[in-house]
Amino acid sequence: MRFLSRKIRDKSSLFWMVISLVILLLMPILLAVGLYLKSLPILQEQSFWDLLTESDWKPMQGKFGFLPFITSSLWVTFLSIIIATPVCILTAIYLTQYAKKRVLAIMQPIIDILAGLPSVIYGVWGVLIVVPFISKTVAPFFGLQTSGYTILAGAIVLSIMVIPFILNILIEVFRTIPEELTEASLSVGATKWETIKYVLLKKAFPGIISATGLGVARAFGETIAVLMVVGNVVKVPTSVFDSGYPLPALIANNYGEMLSIPMYDSALMLAALILFGIVLLFNFLSRMAIIRSEKNQ
Amino acid sequence: MKLKKTEEIFFKFLMYISVSFITASLFLIVFSIFYKGLPSLSWEMVSETPKGGFYFGKEGGILNAIIGSLYLSIGATILAMLFGIPIALFMNVYLRKYNRFVNGIRFFLDLLWGIPSIVYGAFGFTIMVMLGIKTSLLAGIITVSIFILPIMVRALDEVLKTVPVGLFEASLSLGSTRSETAFRVFLRQTIPGLATAILLSFGRAIGDAASVLFTTGYTDHIPTSIMQPTATLPLAIFFQLGSPIEEVRSRAYSSALILTIIILLISVISRIVSAKYNKHRIKF
Repeated sequence: MRFLSRKIRDKSSLFWMVISLVILLLMPILLAVGLYLKSLPILQEQSFWDLLTESDWKPMQGKFGFLPFITSSLWVTFLSIIIATPVCILTAIYLTQYAKKRVLAIMQPIIDILAGLPSVIYGVWGVLIVVPFISKTVAPFFGLQTSGYTILAGAIVLSIMVIPFILNILIEVFRTIPEELTEASLSVGATKWETIKYVLLKKAFPGIISATGLGVARAFGETIAVLMVVGNVVKVPTSVFDSGYPLPALIANNYGEMLSIPMYDSALMLAALILFGIVLLFNFLSRMAIIRSEKNQ
Repeated sequence: MKLKKTEEIFFKFLMYISVSFITASLFLIVFSIFYKGLPSLSWEMVSETPKGGFYFGKEGGILNAIIGSLYLSIGATILAMLFGIPIALFMNVYLRKYNRFVNGIRFFLDLLWGIPSIVYGAFGFTIMVMLGIKTSLLAGIITVSIFILPIMVRALDEVLKTVPVGLFEASLSLGSTRSETAFRVFLRQTIPGLATAILLSFGRAIGDAASVLFTTGYTDHIPTSIMQPTATLPLAIFFQLGSPIEEVRSRAYSSALILTIIILLISVISRIVSAKYNKHRIKF
């Protein structure tokens, strides 16, 4: 009897495990199919290429040009990555090559807390500090006048948000490089810095590219924090002091009220699908590159 | 020779700047939230729901959002555990021999981890419209649990991976079934790791705004059933900050302070738990 009930329990928990896994594996496929089906109506009416390259966004007149949103997203994302990546590389080199263990033990919680802060907190901080800083200090320095709600503000806030993310991966990358390599370089007379420059960075290069790619994906999808500081003006930005309107902000700002206008929800779903596609692509390529370079070592 | 040395000194200087920049960013963020949030933080803020005229600066608090956020995150975390723990155990106990397949699942989970929460939120809302469900706590719990599931599984998986093969074999050789090995040996062995995985997911759930924006709605009341809409802390901050009235905005800052304190607490607790982790572990 006891044996039988154990057997039943064994079988039923196996059953639940398999079901859970199947649900998990089906979820993104369901997501992609659902988004695609919902964006079909607008794709049947206008060509995908036209939607991407048109800059007119007038839902009432049935004009859905995604160019302002896509360019805003690209500006904010790449600017933030340009700020974040050098900081992360330098910090990762310092923490793995120069710093004492104690310093790393102090820095790890700092990095983890930065990674754990909710995006709305970053947004509040952006509104409190970054936006006034740009309108009162940075813009006047260049002889410009802005409210501070700009692409630049979005990029600064976003760069701080992706730093812990990229940094954690980079620390991992530098740690997996075998010590014999750097020791060999040191033993033939190279200085510590030469070893870092010619051996470590060269070995870590694929890892650095992957970490950056993952950072791009993370930054591209970030919604609330960027939305709060970027200004949300539908216009193709031409400078970092212009306001922008990234794709996630478009979805977040308009989703609740779109049902009464024809094609509007389809257009927003297409925005979500584009977001999904780009983020997945960057993630996929970066993860593949990491796996490739791990195999080579 | 001298030039080489200068170059190293220069780059070391840049490294110091980078490390200080990161450290300073954290302290600047936390300090500015405390500085702006403390003055308007009161007992009323955390113990009362919004009264009439709250959004014009009159009395009331954000208890509705605090309770709502707790309900939502606890619900979503429990739902995610219901699926997440079995998946992680399945990968590490049953599929032990099929390394390629397990690595494939890991890769897949890493991809899922990267999907922005706004995509889940928008998708969740569409499903709700299709099924005719109104914004509710339940809809929010389901959406958020889908979004934190990959995070939880991956975090758990990282700990379960470290359970030695010997323990697995010992358990089977003593006559336990695989599921007993999974739940009684593997899970018990990694309870601290399980706790940190849960705390990590809980932190993600309570802080995310984009996935609940369309799914949970917003209300001034504390929900009494999971079919009612509910307020959440991130949205309370977001909406109050958009107000033109000074008092309401300063309440947004103190709401942000409350959320920050919750997140810092979670971080401290999981640090204490994982510090103990290395003490109570069978080592081979």
